[in-house]
Amino acid sequence: MKLIKTMPVLVMVFILSAFTVTIDTFNNGYEVGDIATDFKLKNIDGEMVSLANYKDAKGFIVIFTCNTCPYAVKYEDRIIALNEKYAKKGYPVIAIMPNNPDVQPGDSIEAMKARATVKGFTFPYLMDKGQKIYPQYGATKTPHVYVLEKTNRGNIVKYIGAIDDNYKDASAVNTKYVENAVDALLEGKIVPETKTRAIGCTIKVKKGS
Amino acid sequence: MKQLLALFVVFLVSCKTDTKTETAKTDSIKVDALTVDDVKLEILDFNGLEPYLTKNDDSIYVINFWATWCAPCIKELPHFEQLNKNYKENGVEVILVSLDFPHQYESKLKPFIKEYNLKSKILVLDDVNMNTWIPKVNENWDGAIPVTIIYNKDKRKFYDRPFTYNELETELKQFLN
Repeated sequence: MKLIKTMPVLVMVFILSAFTVTIDTFNNGYEVGDIATDFKLKNIDGEMVSLANYKDAKGFIVIFTCNTCPYAVKYEDRIIALNEKYAKKGYPVIAIMPNNPDVQPGDSIEAMKARATVKGFTFPYLMDKGQKIYPQYGATKTPHVYVLEKTNRGNIVKYIGAIDDNYKDASAVNTKYVENAVDALLEGKIVPETKTRAIGCTIKVKKGS
Repeated sequence: MKQLLALFVVFLVSCKTDTKTETAKTDSIKVDALTVDDVKLEILDFNGLEPYLTKNDDSIYVINFWATWCAPCIKELPHFEQLNKNYKENGVEVILVSLDFPHQYESKLKPFIKEYNLKSKILVLDDVNMNTWIPKVNENWDGAIPVTIIYNKDKRKFYDRPFTYNELETELKQFLN
């Protein structure tokens, strides 16, 4: 009798705990060592881009960035430079724009195209349409970088965080976090600093979503 | 002398039309029509800011990290102003920590403070060593703003989300009892 009475409570506890787990995973996104999901997102040229398209890549510098965040804008030239330096070494930059353009019209696909043209982006600049990819990665802001290493098991997250330690002035940077991470991977060494933090702009979502 | 220089900069800035398209949504600020010379900024690095985050007196501190370029911050700012107004007498101090860019102190931040007639205490944090100081504010903070800390000498809570006035008041009340 007692057991029957407690059964519904137990079931509730199970259901609740299942939910908690889901929510946690959702909020936290990837940690270093996790396998990152591939995606199929539309580039500003209309083509669909997936990591799987890059047969010869050794890994990727995935950067969640946008037009409208002043921090992201500060880093545009440095993002271009990263692609210049590392695409040929097997680590291309893949930029993903995570904001909802209905909330942030300055990040519409047309605006992305315009910005990419003005700045001469040499890498894909993808729209996270439906905003399904950034939550899986756990990106919370722009710019937010994930360095991935391609392995037989999948693309493994090796670094999460900022591009470097001085948003203000590229010439005053002391530590180039992303470069250090990719250099280490290219040399088969341990990434010296796997997680860093920086101020950035919140990813814009529709209210209630 | 410093004030004179600041005044001069203000004049220079106000003469120039703002043609920058790079900045985030602060379009609503009418820069040119304002006189901002009586807005004084208290600019600190993290060592200068830290004492404000660790006071040990009988007050309750509500610390909000914001910037004029951060749309959700601007949206919730009036709630902090309202809270400051309503609870000042109850020993609550609201401190708004701006993370604006130094090159926009004159062109954006000061005019904003003036335009919105902000009454809460404002501090300006200028410290590029973000990877060092962000975890000192809170270990779980990854750097997206707005964030808010409410603390007194016994208790401290960190909020990694924007607030409505009611939500903010509800949180504060946990500290008032």
